[in-house]
Amino acid sequence: MNSSRTWPWWTSGAFALLVILTCTLLPALAITFEAGNIDWQQLFNNSYTQRVIWFSLKQATLSTILSLAIALPVALALSHKPNIPGRSFIVNVFSLSLVIPTIVAIFGIVAVFGRTGWFNNLLGTLSIPSVPLYGLTGILVAHVFFNMPLAARVLLVNLEGIPAENWRLTKQLGLKPVSVFRFIEWPAVRGQLPSLALLIFTLCFTSFAIVMTLGGGPRATTIEVAIYQALRFDFDIKLAVALGAVQLSICIFLMLLSTLVKHNDALQFNPYSVVAGTERNRHDQHLLNSIWSGLFWQAAHYTIIVATAIFILSPLLALVISAINSKLIAVVMQTSTLDALFNTVIVALASASLSLLLGIGLLNSVRHLRIRLKYETAGQWLQLSGNVILVLPPLVLGTGLFLLLRPYADVFSIALVLVVIINSLMALPFVLRILDGPVMQSANHNDKLIQSLGIQGLSRWIIIDWPQLRKPIGLAMAVSTTLSAGDLSAIALFGSERVRTLPLLLYQRMGSYRLEEAAVTAGLLLILCLVLFISIQKIIGRSVHSAHS
Amino acid sequence: MLTVEGVELQLGERRWNYSIELETQGVYALLGRSGSGKSTLLNLIAGFLQPDAGAIKWQGDAIHSLEPAQRPITTLFQDHNLFSHLSVFKNIGLGVSPKLTLSSAQKNNISSVLDSVGLSGYENKLPGSLSGGEKQRVALARCILRRQPILLLDEPFSALDATTRKEMITLLNSLIQEFKPCVVMVTHDPDDAVAMGATQLSMKSDRVEFA
Repeated sequence: MNSSRTWPWWTSGAFALLVILTCTLLPALAITFEAGNIDWQQLFNNSYTQRVIWFSLKQATLSTILSLAIALPVALALSHKPNIPGRSFIVNVFSLSLVIPTIVAIFGIVAVFGRTGWFNNLLGTLSIPSVPLYGLTGILVAHVFFNMPLAARVLLVNLEGIPAENWRLTKQLGLKPVSVFRFIEWPAVRGQLPSLALLIFTLCFTSFAIVMTLGGGPRATTIEVAIYQALRFDFDIKLAVALGAVQLSICIFLMLLSTLVKHNDALQFNPYSVVAGTERNRHDQHLLNSIWSGLFWQAAHYTIIVATAIFILSPLLALVISAINSKLIAVVMQTSTLDALFNTVIVALASASLSLLLGIGLLNSVRHLRIRLKYETAGQWLQLSGNVILVLPPLVLGTGLFLLLRPYADVFSIALVLVVIINSLMALPFVLRILDGPVMQSANHNDKLIQSLGIQGLSRWIIIDWPQLRKPIGLAMAVSTTLSAGDLSAIALFGSERVRTLPLLLYQRMGSYRLEEAAVTAGLLLILCLVLFISIQKIIGRSVHSAHS
Repeated sequence: MLTVEGVELQLGERRWNYSIELETQGVYALLGRSGSGKSTLLNLIAGFLQPDAGAIKWQGDAIHSLEPAQRPITTLFQDHNLFSHLSVFKNIGLGVSPKLTLSSAQKNNISSVLDSVGLSGYENKLPGSLSGGEKQRVALARCILRRQPILLLDEPFSALDATTRKEMITLLNSLIQEFKPCVVMVTHDPDDAVAMGATQLSMKSDRVEFA
């Protein structure tokens, strides 16, 4: 009939794969070629390298343990107190930490926990010596700030998945809180812990902005930051490649590990899913309250929830308060600010669009492989290619692109193009994770019908997929836009006085202690990200009559 | 004549063999427990599965290498017959044009076929607001409009309550009277086969048998 004018199913996936491979393998080759022979033995005997690798592992391990150790009681307290005022607000703020740019949150954390911050002022009035933030402490505080809410949310979802009948049974059997934890709650969350630990470890291990701003000199440097320093300040490509290779092998090891724990439903949770089931009926609330009755449990629950709320909200509050200062108008009107703002919006939207194009291109072919041809494994491998950035650090990728393009163009004048490429690859795993479920689910429902009616190619996307998927597509676009808008790693490598985005401008202003200007910049970036996140979802994901039969 | 000649298919551990001849006009019911391969046969005829060997022919012409949409076949599924985000009108329209480019004559046809299944005025409704029986009737309206000589029914009544099932069977019977297609239905309930006046075929471990 009309099949002669339709592209074959693999076209979009092949195109996406080609772009991804060109943008990753060529730079990777360029960088290995440039590095030439590396004396690995000398490298590993070097005390600087040893310290950097050791510190990367140490801070990631500590961050993971701390995040999970705090997240568990927080999730338990929130689950035990389903009717506490402000609960849904706190839970929503938990997911906000996914939207707030790292560098912005760091500014808020410094304002609260820094040398002259609220926290140390409070300690000062109590005559307690202040706690220095920079170094390992600062890195841990920031990592917990970002990852604890993520973990708490996932654990809370699991705790709320415990059926109401179990609670009634618990009450009937007269189980005490400790037994409830042992026999009901711990089994419900245990399965999530390995995958969560792995995710948090990976995020902290490759964390860049936090370590760069809060890490103190060579004693508190991770591999990722060391790569940046080797490239940007020493131009020691050998060292950068060597460190990149170490980073790469550890990341691949972590990825392999994650396929092992995948049996426990690892990494399958969606951090952007809405926490459901908070609307338990009155009877169950009463029941929950009666299990943890008594002053001790009341005090414990309230303390945990209030302390968490203060920990998460105070940096945001401090940021907002410090952003409203005498320099507000002047900074907002500055050309440097406006240029950076303009660049940020352009880079963010371009990266997100490219990321979505690649993601949808991949999924279009993956869908055909998995649903229509039933080649499950082949489909999953194709999809996995979108996660390449998880093993190839953005800074290594950036270096490769730099080496590759240096003979042909002034790399710093096409900085934004390179930043867009890197940022779009960084957002791609998120795009795939958000879209994978909805795309496969709707295809599963409708594939036979679609096939029997002969709906294919572009008209399938226009008539069937777009209306069904615009909500998750809107979310994917919003997430990848804010992610790119707040990213510091790619622009730190290619940015210059001529080309800056807001995160880089903020970093520079923080670095030169122009704190009032920095505060305004941070506030501006925060508002930009929130506006982008909300408006993109509203515009793209505008809910059509979404009735899932 | 719809013929399935020595069709073989390996699915996992199981190996299926089918050979059967059905008249151009007639109603046939494939009966058997779940796992007996009746849906597999239907999927082979519809083209959702490709045979490893053998041939499927309609009036002597091989159809087994055609895309599902190119075969002279229309299918009524158990559920998911309708796209939940599209109106009744568009859901039916897709049966006529997969790109939803409809002439005004075709648009009129959609309204009159809706009328014939007792759903006049339902054009702009969304599937979510319809009952199970109404959804199946919309799907049936699309089958009618497609005017294909072979009608495959894949457990078309299992999701319906007793009254709706009866209505649906009456409706189907009058359609079969009118259009005289070759109907192949899959069901686990022999009563459905009797109510449709179908010739019963039973799935045996290695072959299809006229019961």
